[in-house]
Amino acid sequence: MTPPNGVASEAVSPAVARARVRGTTSMRSEAWRRFRKHRLASVGAAILVVMVIAVVAGPFVYRVPIDEIDFKAKLKAPSWAHPLGTDDLGQDLLARMLYGGRISLAVGVVAMLIAITAGTMIGAIAGQMGGSVDHVLMRFTDLFLSLPQLPLLLLLAYLFRDALKKALGPEMGVFMLMVVVIGGLRWMPVARLVRAQFLSLREKEFVEAARGLGAAPLRQVIRHILPNAVGPVIVAATIDVAAAILAESSLSFLGLGFPPDIPTWGRILFDAKDNLDFAPHWAIFPGTAIFLTVLSINYIGDGLRDALDPRKVLS
Amino acid sequence: MSKYLLRRVLIMIPVLAGISLVLFTVLALAPGDPFEELATNPNVPPEVRANLRHQFGLDDPIPIRYARWFTSMLKGDWGFSFVSRINVGTLIMQRLPTTLWVLGLAQSLGLLVALPVGIYAALRPYSLFDQIATTFAFVGFSLPTFFTGILFILFFSIYLDWLPFIYRADIGATGWRWYWENARQALMPVAVLGLAQGASMTRFVRSAMLEVTRLDYINTARAKGLTEKVTILKHAVRNALIPVVTLVALQIPGIFTGAVITEQIFRVPGIGSLLITSILANDTPVIMAITFVFSCLVVLFSLVADLLYGWLDPRISFR
Repeated sequence: MTPPNGVASEAVSPAVARARVRGTTSMRSEAWRRFRKHRLASVGAAILVVMVIAVVAGPFVYRVPIDEIDFKAKLKAPSWAHPLGTDDLGQDLLARMLYGGRISLAVGVVAMLIAITAGTMIGAIAGQMGGSVDHVLMRFTDLFLSLPQLPLLLLLAYLFRDALKKALGPEMGVFMLMVVVIGGLRWMPVARLVRAQFLSLREKEFVEAARGLGAAPLRQVIRHILPNAVGPVIVAATIDVAAAILAESSLSFLGLGFPPDIPTWGRILFDAKDNLDFAPHWAIFPGTAIFLTVLSINYIGDGLRDALDPRKVLS
Repeated sequence: MSKYLLRRVLIMIPVLAGISLVLFTVLALAPGDPFEELATNPNVPPEVRANLRHQFGLDDPIPIRYARWFTSMLKGDWGFSFVSRINVGTLIMQRLPTTLWVLGLAQSLGLLVALPVGIYAALRPYSLFDQIATTFAFVGFSLPTFFTGILFILFFSIYLDWLPFIYRADIGATGWRWYWENARQALMPVAVLGLAQGASMTRFVRSAMLEVTRLDYINTARAKGLTEKVTILKHAVRNALIPVVTLVALQIPGIFTGAVITEQIFRVPGIGSLLITSILANDTPVIMAITFVFSCLVVLFSLVADLLYGWLDPRISFR
């Protein structure tokens, strides 16, 4: 059950700043308590934490170079020397996956941030301004929603890759291209969500009270409406990380994402897919890594949805 | 009804114009030049290149080029492929049926799995069946199609050696054998795509059914003595399907993502794999045309979803 102070703080929050501060902390601990109740979400969070620690700290502990070519040890199954085996050039797969995982996860997070920022801003402007601005922005959102995602991603990656590589260097160029393109095609659901939240919150008594007390529109939005709209946005953000990781992996898997010297998980799969019959481990490990990450993130999103919805009664 | 259909079709025109505008802007902003290859080729003098540019109208202002491109797209003149030197329209028409077949079969498979599983799970919430079904749905919806495809190939083609993993358009057999070979090679792509679709649809069906079966009119139906079958199928399912149609319609652009990837893994000769080969070969007219065809399909399928709405929910009037 939601504790009484959690509910009360939502209603009086704009007026009494002290209660608001106390209220948000207790809301937060309440959400955390609810989140831990969701067993699979907790498992997902644990797996994700392990993954993040592995890719962040792993390359410092496991100091095998990612591009050491050793033809004597090519396409070897997992062994003590190479815990996850080697690829067709005898490069160590564990080292490559740890390094590539960093980029896969980073693309997911940065693309999500771009999508959420753009979506929140467009949704907030549409919801707050209303009228013709709202109408134009929503038609624009609908237009973007009916674009075929992957073909357009492929088209953009193909058209802009060389220019960005020249401007920012191969690694940074492709990274920027990926995050901007993936994030730029994923903001629409967030915009719709935020707009719907704004439309209902704008009419609530506490916003009206703030308006009556003379709060400027910007203050109404930032102090009163946005904090109350944040729950569903957090859930959408979580799911978006998974979707962005999948999008990057798909592009790399089709050979149009990162180049071979930046072995993201999707890229390793792309290189592995023609050697399935004699080196299945090469494909199975990166594939499992993508799958586990996405599954964990989706479960975390599921848990957050339960945890952040105060109307939902959990025993 | 026909009036509604006409209006709905007329709405598609500005949407398609908008999509084509986005595509064209992207292409116009892009730094590449379709005649780049000619520029680096020493056998082509610069005057010839300039003439070609002029002849293809590449030096005209962008709005004029857009208007010309869009009108010729509408007239069905999609230009020539740079690589295979044949009409883009012909090229796409060769490939499109395969894609539509695979997509249609996969979508049907997804529905065949999702409807019974979702409905049955929702009727017994938190039972063992429900828990297994929800877990499988969650796992299936988190499994990327490219990884499922690889796992299927590893298991069914390499380990068991039951199914071919390369799709062939030219099977040298006739009669029943032709059908058999085709079914065998279509099985894995359809299964990969269909199960991914089915997993997310199961989630939608289950939650929509859970919402509906709680409502009072279901109790009423039971109380007036209708059989359980009629109550569920005629009263509950039909209403539960309304939100499901919305969610499935929203997913349509995503289906093509799966189609491109599956076609690429299993080398299915559809427009998805044509898109990838064209991108790798810098074949701009084909790339533009395929992206546009995909957009048309998205718009077309959302029209179908709208019409399905009216059939499922007579309260929506076709004004």
